Amino acid sequence: MTDSRPVLTMTGISKSFPGVRALHNVDFRLLPGEVHALMGENGAGKSTLIKVLTGVYGIDEGSVTLDGEQVAFNGPMQAAAAGVSTVYQEVNLCPNLSVAENIFIGREPRRFGAVRWGEVRRRARQLLTRLDLDIDVTAPVASYSLAVQQMVAIARAIDVQARVLILDEPTSSLDAGEVAQLFRIMRQLRDEGIAILFVTHFLDQVYGIADRITVLRNGTLVGEYPIDELPQLALVEKMIGKELDVLERIEEQPRPATAAIESGAPFVQVSQLGRRGAVAPFSLTIHAGEVVGLAGLLGSGRTEVARLLFGADRADRGEVQVDGARTGLRNPVQAIEQGIGFCSENRRAEGIIGDLSVRENMILAMQAARGWLRPIPRRRQDELVDRYIKALSIRPANPEMPVRNLSGGNQQKVLLARWLITEPRLLILDEPTRGIDIGAKAEIQKLVVQLSDGGMAVLFISAELEEVLRLSHKIAVMRDRELVAQLDNDDTVDADRVMQTIASGTEREEASR
Amino acid sequence: MSDAGNRFRTMLGHRLFWPVAVLVVMLAANTIYRPGFLAVEVNNGHLYGTPIDILRLSAPLILVALGMTLVISTGGIDLSVGSLCAISGAIACLYISRAPDQNNLVTVLTALAMALGVALALGAWNGVLVSVIGIQPIIATLILMVAGRGLAQLIAEGQIITINSGPYRAIGLGHLLTLPLAIFIALAAALLVAAFTRRTALGMIVESVGGNREASRLAGIRSGRVVFLVYVVSAACAAIAGFMMTANVSSADGNNTGLWVELDAILAVVIGGTSLAGGRFYLGGTILGALIIQTLTTTVYAMNISPQTALLFKAVVVIAVCLIQAPAFRAKFGRRRPGAPPPQSSPQRQKEQVPA
Amino acid sequence: MSTTSLTTGPSWAKLPRRHMPVLATLALLLVMYGIGVSQYRAFSNIQVVFNVFIDNGFLLVIAVGMTFVILTGGIDLSVGSVAAMTAMVSAWLLQSGLPALLVLVIALLIGPTLGFLMGCAIHFFDIQPFIVTLAGMFFARGMCTFISNASIPITDGFWTTMSQYRIGAPRGNFVSISVLVAFAVVLIAAYVLAYTRLGRNVYAIGGNPQSALLMGLPLGRTRIAVYTISGLCAAIGGILLSFYTLSGAPLIAIGMELDVIAAVVIGGTVLTGGSGYIFGTVLGVLVLGVIQTLITFDGSLNSWWTKIVIGGLLFAFILLQRLIGIRYK
Repeated sequence: MTDSRPVLTMTGISKSFPGVRALHNVDFRLLPGEVHALMGENGAGKSTLIKVLTGVYGIDEGSVTLDGEQVAFNGPMQAAAAGVSTVYQEVNLCPNLSVAENIFIGREPRRFGAVRWGEVRRRARQLLTRLDLDIDVTAPVASYSLAVQQMVAIARAIDVQARVLILDEPTSSLDAGEVAQLFRIMRQLRDEGIAILFVTHFLDQVYGIADRITVLRNGTLVGEYPIDELPQLALVEKMIGKELDVLERIEEQPRPATAAIESGAPFVQVSQLGRRGAVAPFSLTIHAGEVVGLAGLLGSGRTEVARLLFGADRADRGEVQVDGARTGLRNPVQAIEQGIGFCSENRRAEGIIGDLSVRENMILAMQAARGWLRPIPRRRQDELVDRYIKALSIRPANPEMPVRNLSGGNQQKVLLARWLITEPRLLILDEPTRGIDIGAKAEIQKLVVQLSDGGMAVLFISAELEEVLRLSHKIAVMRDRELVAQLDNDDTVDADRVMQTIASGTEREEASR
Repeated sequence: MSDAGNRFRTMLGHRLFWPVAVLVVMLAANTIYRPGFLAVEVNNGHLYGTPIDILRLSAPLILVALGMTLVISTGGIDLSVGSLCAISGAIACLYISRAPDQNNLVTVLTALAMALGVALALGAWNGVLVSVIGIQPIIATLILMVAGRGLAQLIAEGQIITINSGPYRAIGLGHLLTLPLAIFIALAAALLVAAFTRRTALGMIVESVGGNREASRLAGIRSGRVVFLVYVVSAACAAIAGFMMTANVSSADGNNTGLWVELDAILAVVIGGTSLAGGRFYLGGTILGALIIQTLTTTVYAMNISPQTALLFKAVVVIAVCLIQAPAFRAKFGRRRPGAPPPQSSPQRQKEQVPA
Repeated sequence: MSTTSLTTGPSWAKLPRRHMPVLATLALLLVMYGIGVSQYRAFSNIQVVFNVFIDNGFLLVIAVGMTFVILTGGIDLSVGSVAAMTAMVSAWLLQSGLPALLVLVIALLIGPTLGFLMGCAIHFFDIQPFIVTLAGMFFARGMCTFISNASIPITDGFWTTMSQYRIGAPRGNFVSISVLVAFAVVLIAAYVLAYTRLGRNVYAIGGNPQSALLMGLPLGRTRIAVYTISGLCAAIGGILLSFYTLSGAPLIAIGMELDVIAAVVIGGTVLTGGSGYIFGTVLGVLVLGVIQTLITFDGSLNSWWTKIVIGGLLFAFILLQRLIGIRYK
């Protein structure tokens, strides 16, 4: 395969956004007739690389060649016209239009300006037959499953004589059978000589379809490997990296599950809680004062677990007991009444209210619980806000500043303060340290330890294993939307073992039952 | 030098700077055109003069705009307020016109209570459509905007109901402490709404829901109830404005009472600095906006231009205000203000934009 | 090569569901007509149907333009005022002695120009269509009274001919030229929506604007185009209105935008965009026309019942849309 000339090469690509270097000197090449997986954790630069390639972003440095000729696309349309087509994670079709029209819109065959519908349908059928897909091309796309929609999107992409097909997380909302369908089509296209760039978070899928793997980490190239030379464990290591411990060590030893915590009555007991299409039924017990780490790759279902526990999404099976009494967590209000708080990983969309001040953002949850008729007296507000601005060293220490003007780390602290003010018994932290500077990160980690020492239960979600290992009493491992293992964080547990569990999913299956 | 410059820039940046400037310029232009414009004289123990007229005539608009401010703050809009003015005015006038003694205070109060009750029910209807059924606000309130006019005419049986009731007329034309009563009613309503929102946590919760609905839900706010409530408040404000409009002329006309007041109210809210996208609301700005609109109307009258032609000026104002508010316009033509926050973590923001 | 049949959605999700609002409108129309025929003898005269068209020709044309806008998920509040302004400008120019043909051309240019400008403001500055077209409505209405405070009669020969010419059997049933113009507009619009790229882009943008953009469709051009089309239709509607009334009146067609929006919605076009047909809009306008005719025939009912019934129908159809869940988004 190495004999064939690459259809696409990217050399020395760098791309910066204000304050962030998204890609630094990245090389990438794609051979005809291969499926090439692009791997990396969130923020590693995969999406940026694809957007630079298809011209959504301009390139700061470096060059792209297609068939040996240097190219610079000004957008996805021009890229597609040159034979580089992209299918996105969210199916980008118009749900109200027919299958045939979705494939051809914008380039319908016409005669005297009128769309030739017969021809559109005939060619759509032809194209779908090539993909082994037998569906009614006149039905609206919305009446088909996501998998079929994804394939219609692929049909649209390959119709323009594509030589390079970019599939950006096409499988994230498909079930196993649908993924198999997709893979069959991908293999077929590969055999026809199309080069496929495949981005996914599911390791099994990479090993099920890819020929080669390129790994990115923090915007730099880790390496390019034939699939046979990179076992799963090595891949996970390369993606996550062994982070140098620049943080002050919070505690030298991993925190053992103390007998006191385990012997106490459990605070939250979840049995077979699940939601179709989000996360497979799981069971989990959290004690007061316990930090439960939730490890797993992005998209493995960590956030979905958190949302079910908080009632942000409604579970369709299973039950929850709080303090031994069965209870429903059907909406956030009920969860908050039970003493649960939740910091979303999506700070901007689901956390802060950008318009409101730091003070208002902080007291929001407490005020919501009291109801609008019983405002928190201003003096009490100021007292609380001052206390948490000091305790969490929020900068600038101006309670009346709109929270959108704060840095990411300080916004995160404001969110933390919002929940700490409600004095929750269980705090769910979803990626609380992502995208914030190293100092704020250390402070948040320290805070988690303090809180659990004070008797609060914490569900700590992070993609960084070091962090999870350092803070947790117990580690629950997620893989492909399933809780596959629960490990007591004792001497036998280290990063390698957790990685192995993430990679293989076989570790102590029985523990999750 | 730079200190003075900074202070000037801070003033320019204040959200009320442009509305106040516009109002001052309009008053100044009027005074130059007609030197007696700002004169106020005492007659019969009451104050008279153009400024007083502007205040009195802007009272109904202020009322409607106050309710509209809350609705817009939640990211909604209420198109039905004009029809609600007509309905409440018609009910009150109808009841009074059928009473044996139109000057009886109890009769008038009963009429007001009945009309207000109906308005509240209709506001609740709007609230249910938006918050429970989940229809877009602009469409949900369009229903009542269309049907409400018909209802008002049905109540009045297509007639213009004329009444002769002293207490009712006082709502529009009465005086208190030398000033028109309408000014005090509007002021009281403004203070009431301000107390209702700023003395309780309602204002913050409204802004929170308008600013980020999902984040508010995750913070434990029952946003449905809040949204429901603001439509009821808006209907109540519209009802009182309807009393004022009909009291001004001692008659209720289902066709014309409160015609287009919803558009003026929306305009007043936007001029006052509340964003149509929802979020922070400014009651003071809204009142200023209503005064600007009324001054504009009065100016146009004073210049002997037909009131309909005033719409030309309004069109210019709407476009100017919206352009100043539009981020896309600012990005293209505006200079960056020194206090503007730096764009944070652009890649992440880009990511949020792309998914459908 | 084995062809695999994949899981499709439930079959009831396909055809009837999409067409249900239009079918409901059709059924409603037939029922109302049936009621009319059974209650009033004169109703069965075919001229009643023709009169509905004659009296609502301008409404139909304007509703066609509104259908384009609503299909993209936008709204145009300016149409009533633009129609009035067009009639006003024509009357004024004719009064000042310009030749009829020139007046026609000028009058037909104003609406689309305003629509184009509004579309540009909506697209380039990202201001809500509601607000921009509200400003357009103020502007056009202001222009009307700026031209004249009083109604201007039209005595031009071309206009009076167009107004009074009857097509059909002498002393028999007839339609006016306006009806033919309205039919032509309807046919052209239906063709554009079904068979041209512009039309298909309108549906695509209404279905999912972000997808449409990523599929490389000209989002901005299409959005500007629909407001221009709506302006053009409002202008044609305004001309028909001036044929109908033989005058330009500054206060005519106030609130017509509401009737138009109601007709489009009752005709089954979804207000969030992406779904609807010109045929449905025709039905929607006919429903409004028949309601008016019924109320006129009844005599005991008053004209305000029209508004109440329209409001009620609006509610019923929005609720129907909501229940069917045509909003794919």
